[in-house]
Amino acid sequence: MDAVDVASLQKRKLARWGAITAAMAAGLVLSMLITLNIGAVSMPFDTIIDVLLGGGNKFQRSIIMDTRLPRIILAALVGAALAVAGAAMQGVFRNPMASPYVLGISAGAAFGASLAIVTGISWLSGQLAVPSMAFLFCFLTLLLVYSISRTKGGFVPVETLLLAGIAVGAFFNALVSLMKYFAGEELSAIVFWMMGGLWQARWEDVAISLPMIVLGSAILWLMSRDLNTMMVGEEHALHLGLNVNGVRLIILLAASLVTAAAVAVSGIIGFVGLVVPHVVRLLVGPDHRILIPVSLLGGAIFMVWMDTLARTIILPAELPVGIITALLGAPFFVYLIISRRRKMGWVK
Amino acid sequence: MKLSVQGISFCYRSEDVVSGVSFEAAEGQIVGILGPNGSGKTTLLKCLNRVLSPKEGTVLIEGVDYRQRTRKEIARQIGVVPQSANSNFPFTALDIVMMGRNPELERFEREKESDLQIVSNAMRMTNTSALADRPMDQLSGGERQRVIIARALAQRPKIMLLDEPTLHLDVNHQIEILDLISRLAREERMLVIIVTHDLSLAARYCDRIILMRKGRIVSAGDVTQVLTRENMAKVFSIDAAIYYDERIGTHNVAVIGAIKEGKE
Repeated sequence: MDAVDVASLQKRKLARWGAITAAMAAGLVLSMLITLNIGAVSMPFDTIIDVLLGGGNKFQRSIIMDTRLPRIILAALVGAALAVAGAAMQGVFRNPMASPYVLGISAGAAFGASLAIVTGISWLSGQLAVPSMAFLFCFLTLLLVYSISRTKGGFVPVETLLLAGIAVGAFFNALVSLMKYFAGEELSAIVFWMMGGLWQARWEDVAISLPMIVLGSAILWLMSRDLNTMMVGEEHALHLGLNVNGVRLIILLAASLVTAAAVAVSGIIGFVGLVVPHVVRLLVGPDHRILIPVSLLGGAIFMVWMDTLARTIILPAELPVGIITALLGAPFFVYLIISRRRKMGWVK
Repeated sequence: MKLSVQGISFCYRSEDVVSGVSFEAAEGQIVGILGPNGSGKTTLLKCLNRVLSPKEGTVLIEGVDYRQRTRKEIARQIGVVPQSANSNFPFTALDIVMMGRNPELERFEREKESDLQIVSNAMRMTNTSALADRPMDQLSGGERQRVIIARALAQRPKIMLLDEPTLHLDVNHQIEILDLISRLAREERMLVIIVTHDLSLAARYCDRIILMRKGRIVSAGDVTQVLTRENMAKVFSIDAAIYYDERIGTHNVAVIGAIKEGKE
C-alpha cells in the first residue's frame, strides 16, 4: 500500500476552508449592504455608500445610520451568536439535536433577564444588569440540563436530553409567566421583549452584545480541536490527554455567554442555533475548526435576511422575527426527528 | 522503556474493582491482561494512563511516577485503543488519525510537516492509507479498529494499551488485527498491553499473561506457567488445556468443557 499523501490532502482541505470562509464573509457583507436598502424608503445604492462614508442628508442619515444599520448589525450578531452556541452545544453533547432554544437554555436566560427587568436590579451600570442576569441563568440552566441528561461515560442520549430541555424550559417559562403576572408597569416591556424581535435595536444594544459575542465565539473557536476530540467520545478524548471536565466547563461557559448576549438584546428567537449548524455541517463536514466560523457567518446571514423579512412582510407594521424563524425551524426540526428515527432506535 | 505498576487499587463507590495490582513490563513485550467479565481488567487498563486515578498505588513510567506528569505528557508516552468508537458525526479516517498528534500540539499550533509525516506513516503501517478520506461511519468494524490503532501509533507512544481489540470483529479481522499488533510490537519496540477475555488469542499472541479475578492478580508470568488447567478452571470455570500447535507455531487453548459454578 502506498503512503497516502497526507500533506496534499491537508493542503487541499485548508484551501477549501479558506475559500468557503471568504465566500461566506463576502456573502455577509453583501447581504448587509442589500438589506440596508430594503424597507419603506429606498434610495440609490451609491447614496447608501455615501451615507455610510459620512455623506447624505439628515433624513437619509437618520434612516440608514440610526435605524437600519444598528438593526442589521444586531441581527447579524444575534444570528451569529445563536448559530455558534448551537454548533458548540451539539459538539459538547455529541448530539445533533442540541441548541439553545431546544434545550430550554434560552428560557433560562429569559428568566434571568426578566428578573432583572422586573426587580430593576442594577449593578456595574443599569445597562449590564439584563445581560449579566441572562448569562448567569443561561449557564445555570445549561448545567442543569446537562447533569439531568448525562449518563455513565459522559454519553448524552437524545431522549433524555430533549426531555430535560422540555422540563427545564417549562419550569423557567412558568417562572417568567409568574413574573409577568406580578409585574406592574414592566409587563409590556417583558412581553414585548419575550416575543423575540429586533425592532428596538439601538447602537447601545450592539455595544453590549458585541464584546460578549466576540469573546465567546473566539473562545469556542480556540477550543475547536478539543471539541472534535470530544465528539469522538469522552473516553477517547481522555486517552488523548485532554482535560475533558475543564474543557467542557469552558465550552459551556462560552456558549452561555454568547447565548445570553443574544437573548438579552433580542428575546427568544428559536431554531437558528439548531438549523444553521446543521446545514453548515452538511456543507463543510464535522470539523469545528471550520464549522464554528462558517456557522457564525451563516447564522449572521440567515438572521439578517429573516429580520429583513420580519420588518417588511406586512409593511407598515412588522412581525417579531422569532415567529418567522420558528415557522421555518420547527418543520426542519421535525424533518431531523424523522430522518433520525431509525438511527436512534425509535423505529424498528 | 519500563513500566512498573505498584500496588494499584481502585474502587467505584465503595466497591473495590481493582485491588493491590503490581507488575512490571518492558519494551518489545506483548502482555495480556486476561480474566472473565467483571474481573477489573478494563478498570486496571484505565488506571495505567491515569484516565482513572488509583485510590492507592502508582505507576512508574521509565522510573518516573506518573502523578508528576500532566495528562498530555502521559498521552505522549501511552497510546490507547479503547473498546469502541461511535460517532454521530462523520469525521474521516484521516481526521481521526490526525487527532493522535493532539498531545504534541499547543492550542494555537497547526500540524507541522513532521506531524503529517508521522500520520502518513501510521496509516501506512496499519494499511489504512486508502481509507484516508472515507467517513468513519462508512467503515467496517475491522477498518475502524485499524484506524483507531493508527491514531494511537500517531501518538508515537512507547506503550500501547488495547482494550478488547477483537471484540465485535469477525474472526478473519481478529487475526488480522492481532498480527498487526504483534508485528508493531516487534518492529517499533513498543510495550503492548492487551486486555482480553479470549483465551486462545491470548495464548497465541502474548509473551506474558496477567490472569485476573475479582480485581486481583491470580497468576502472572509466561503463557504456559499461567494458563494451567487449575488456573483456567479457577478463573473461568472451564476445563481447558494449553498446547503447542505446530500449525500456528505457537500456543493455543482447547476448551474441553464448562465446569458448573460452585463445584470448583
